[in-house]
Amino acid sequence: MKAQMSINNVFELANEKKEKVLIIYMTAGFPDLDRCFEMIREAESGGADIIELGIPFSDPVADGPTIQYSSQIAIEQGATLSCILERLENALIKVPVVIMTYLNPLLSIGRSELFKRLVLSRVSGLIIPDLPVEMAADWPVAAKENNLDLIMLAAPTSPPERLQEITLKSQGFIYCVSVAGTTGTRQQLDENLPVFLRQVRSMTNKSIVAGFGISTPDHISTLKPYADGFIVGSRIINAIRNNENIKNVVAGFKAATRRKKNVSCDA
Amino acid sequence: MKYCQPDEKGKYGEYGGRYVPETLMAALHELESKYNMLKKDTNFNNELKEHLRDYAGRPTPLYYCRRLTELCKGAKIFLKREDLLHTGAHKMNNSIAQVLIARNMGKKRVIAETGAGQHGVATATACSLLGIECVIYMGSADIKRQHVNVQRMDLLGAQVIEVASGSRTLKDAINEAIRDWVTNVNETYYCIGSVVGPHPYPMMVRDFQSIIGIETRSQFMEQFGRLPDLLIACVGGGSNAIGMFYPFIDQAVRMIGVEGGGAGLDSGKHAASLCLGRIGCLHGAMTYLLQDANGQVLPTHSVSAGLDYPAVGPEHAYLKDTKRIEYTFATDQEALEAFRTLSRYEGIIPALESAHAVAQAMKSSQNMKREQAIIVNLSGRGDKDLDIIAGEL
Repeated sequence: MKAQMSINNVFELANEKKEKVLIIYMTAGFPDLDRCFEMIREAESGGADIIELGIPFSDPVADGPTIQYSSQIAIEQGATLSCILERLENALIKVPVVIMTYLNPLLSIGRSELFKRLVLSRVSGLIIPDLPVEMAADWPVAAKENNLDLIMLAAPTSPPERLQEITLKSQGFIYCVSVAGTTGTRQQLDENLPVFLRQVRSMTNKSIVAGFGISTPDHISTLKPYADGFIVGSRIINAIRNNENIKNVVAGFKAATRRKKNVSCDA
Repeated sequence: MKYCQPDEKGKYGEYGGRYVPETLMAALHELESKYNMLKKDTNFNNELKEHLRDYAGRPTPLYYCRRLTELCKGAKIFLKREDLLHTGAHKMNNSIAQVLIARNMGKKRVIAETGAGQHGVATATACSLLGIECVIYMGSADIKRQHVNVQRMDLLGAQVIEVASGSRTLKDAINEAIRDWVTNVNETYYCIGSVVGPHPYPMMVRDFQSIIGIETRSQFMEQFGRLPDLLIACVGGGSNAIGMFYPFIDQAVRMIGVEGGGAGLDSGKHAASLCLGRIGCLHGAMTYLLQDANGQVLPTHSVSAGLDYPAVGPEHAYLKDTKRIEYTFATDQEALEAFRTLSRYEGIIPALESAHAVAQAMKSSQNMKREQAIIVNLSGRGDKDLDIIAGEL
């Protein structure tokens, strides 16, 4: 089987092609266990560079109504961390897959078992929104030992000393939360977002990704000078709910990462 | 060795901590340093003391239940009458203190979650007192069963937001309050009502509720010149229990925490997280949690909305493991019987939450000597529960 690219390779390649990395979020098990993987394949063919697969949790405090809804449906459909990892083993997804879930389902499976299973399922990274940097203890080291990137979140409310620590410890990329708030589609981006992204940029050579509230290709066009990649989540869940063509929706976002105007000047 | 918890990371052994989205971390650090400053501040402490005395009605009495003791034919049963505190429950001790902190931090808006509605009412009251905007999150199942408290919050000028997600109870109200806080963190103060959530909340709420145990200790010592033999309190999140127990933690006094046993522990319909949960992470803390094999939080049941919660304060988890405190449960039926017994024999209508502790006291008393003394923390009054009682008894 052809080896997947690492997350770092994806960013390097995009950089060579003078485009940004598009990360598409899906809730595992939404709208059901089978169709979720069909949607992933559609997203891939639409141009997704990385898939962020959310394992549903009963109490997703960092998520807005859209992902709360998809999580609830996915749990009802029987999506568990274990069964999703099992399906991933044979899913033949070509782009890197990053698992996003809350700490509790991970604790439940146990950490050594978790890492073993993630490797077996060819998962590239892990995002845990309720594991802030000082509580992470030896998670980053343990992840590294298993060739997994533990991706940490930086928030607009993080003071500089926290941002230093986060950029130092985060692997793969820095997940910049673009708004003080939960996930969900928004009409407008926070006007202070470029300042925040520039601040993070000044602290690290690692790739910077903006997520939370990225809802239109225009948002990506606007933010292109300030980040190396973008995560689109709730907009995709809504598209699935509305029976939109996922390949086309994703392709629309991907095109925005390629457009010539606003090409990164300080990347 | 003197008891000294939590550590500097807010951990009680392996429990507690601060497992929340990054967006909130700065606010938690700010709150922690503000609290550490204010707790040594004379003006803050004087103002708090004054409000607790003149407004809330502290100290509350320690009352000997003569007829209930006669009925049990065992150890003497005393009640610490937190039900007599303004707004009808111990919650006021914490709400006044936290809303004072909010004012000190210059916050314009206070949010809180509520289960039975007592913490919501107490916070709405404290906000009226200090002139701060107040928003209360409450599960739709709880709004229905504790609607009197919803009316009270409304009268007090608070906005009550119905939470219709998940199990529609306390757990979901906390989820929604956290989401509000993540979104409005700069101008908003989150007033958590129990010893749950991320550090420093479990420590701070414990400290504010410890007035219960401190008063109890001096009242009992003054009257009898010794310490009581057994302390009993109900445990949902566990704030009234820790408030009663903590000042006695280094003394040779037995303590029992009573969880909501619902329809019984084998029924699957209960809220006994310490009795049957396993370690997990919810609402920012590592603690005992009722969850399925995949780490999804399980729905709970208790006749009392205030105990209907799948997790528990992290310090209780630690005190269970260290065996300093015993934890047991009372079923809905036992609580309802105790509710009726206390009403009939002592003329005191307890909150259904507190009735769980009364049920255990009646059991314990029968196995103890007559010269021994049990103190029950009667954490709240039962007016709010009359509709539920009418349906159940």
